[in-house]
Amino acid sequence: MGASGSMRLKREWVGYSLTAPAFVWLCLTIVLPLAVMLYFSFLSAMPMGMAKPTLTLGQYQTFFEKDFYRFLTWRSITLGLYVTLTCVVVGYPAALILARLVKGRWREAVLLLVVLPFWSNALIRVFAWTMVLRTNGIIDQAVQLIAPSLSLGILYSYPAIVIGLVHSFVPYMILTCYISLQAIDDSLIEAGQALGATNFTIFRRIILPLSLPGLCVGIVLTFVPVVGSFMEPRILGGPQGIMLGTVIEDQFTEVFNWPLGAALSFTLLALVAVIFLVTSPLLRRGFRTA
Amino acid sequence: MSCSRSIIGFGYLALVLLFIYLPIAIMMLMGFNVSSSYELPFRFTLAWYQQLADNEVLWRAGRNSVLLASASTAVATIVGTMAALAMSRYRLRGQVLLQVLLFPPMAVPWLILATSMLVFFYYSGIGRGLHAMLLAHVALCLPYVIIVVGARLQSFDRGLEEASATLGANPWQTFFRVTLPVIAPGVAAAALFAFGISFDQFVTSYFLSPPGVTTLPVEIYASIRKGFTPEINAISTIIIIVSMLLLTAVSRFYAFGGSK
Repeated sequence: MGASGSMRLKREWVGYSLTAPAFVWLCLTIVLPLAVMLYFSFLSAMPMGMAKPTLTLGQYQTFFEKDFYRFLTWRSITLGLYVTLTCVVVGYPAALILARLVKGRWREAVLLLVVLPFWSNALIRVFAWTMVLRTNGIIDQAVQLIAPSLSLGILYSYPAIVIGLVHSFVPYMILTCYISLQAIDDSLIEAGQALGATNFTIFRRIILPLSLPGLCVGIVLTFVPVVGSFMEPRILGGPQGIMLGTVIEDQFTEVFNWPLGAALSFTLLALVAVIFLVTSPLLRRGFRTA
Repeated sequence: MSCSRSIIGFGYLALVLLFIYLPIAIMMLMGFNVSSSYELPFRFTLAWYQQLADNEVLWRAGRNSVLLASASTAVATIVGTMAALAMSRYRLRGQVLLQVLLFPPMAVPWLILATSMLVFFYYSGIGRGLHAMLLAHVALCLPYVIIVVGARLQSFDRGLEEASATLGANPWQTFFRVTLPVIAPGVAAAALFAFGISFDQFVTSYFLSPPGVTTLPVEIYASIRKGFTPEINAISTIIIIVSMLLLTAVSRFYAFGGSK
């Protein structure tokens, strides 16, 4: 017993020392900063010099009392809804075609083409859209060839933000939907056909329910970053680009009101947490198929 | 009937790919256009690339980006592979805790992570700079490394390690001669992923960069906000091509979307 006990102890010790660096690293960069940030959100002012800030709910009170911040939060949420919905409408059919119609090497190639830009710099892709959407840009000039009186420079507008963000996240949506769509057993669909179901019934009763987990993962993984986005609205939205994210950015880089920035961040985080909680049963199934 | 369906299907996919690639292609083309204010018609020049070659600021930012990505890759791959090994081999108390910790870097908006790191690093004396960015980048890479290497370890035959031990190899020999060669494709894919994440990382670098110490994405963001010339198109083109080559390399080791 003694020997095997000490063996087990030694194995455990090896295990702990292998995981310790990752654990410490994540504590130092994720857990501690979030804890300090939470503490900051209850401070009355920046702790600087001699002035000692007091603990207060004032920052959160500002958020809930001023219409401006509620308006901002609502703007960020609606932006998230628009972008996510467009991503579903564009991405799901693409994933369906990829999983059911395209075969073999073609499928691999198209899939790679879809994910390639997803890992390239988001900032650069947003920058690319400024080239396309600007007045006298490609789209504007093309439109003017057909209808000379029409000007379609939509850079610095709300649609520009939506287009840029859809471009950033639609590859994600295609990938997550595709993963759960390609896992559907062909025999289920053949059984449906044999029993006389129409294509639409097969889609509604078999394909859609079975691909729901992947769809849900795609929706959450799009909605959450979009609600917290600041660089895309800033660059593509111009004066229309003011969002919860850009105001948080300002608190840390321009205004230097870190406690308010912290309170706004945690309100955003609470929003994100609620979304994850509500969708967690579906998400768990989605990640298992992936 | 099924023929017309596949024509519509392929047509739709082509449209989606066009939407994804058209802006990138236009951005690249504009880096070869004479006009500094992106006026058409298009006239070819390499002048912006020549100017880029003389741009000290962008070169320094580029060197920082490559250095940072290399260091982050090395640290994240080693630390992540160690953790993935332990998590697949041992049932440890607190293992669930580590799994939970992998979630925030992927699920919490980077804006929130970056600003809280800024607050914590500032008041704890860690401060801002390349070392702070390294801390952040490794944290963001770790979950991906652990997941990719972990997936490879799941299909690993433990019998090989036992055989090696039976034949008298010590744990180190077993790891370097048996385990590592088998999981090498997973480790390579994870390392390339990590390099890509760090090289493209903007949000954390932006908040953690003190004046004068920047990376390429931070420098590009500053230029976009302050006014820019097609030099930015030139450097963006180079970055995009590097990123895409990296990911194509990853795809040799790692099947996107599960089974092929």
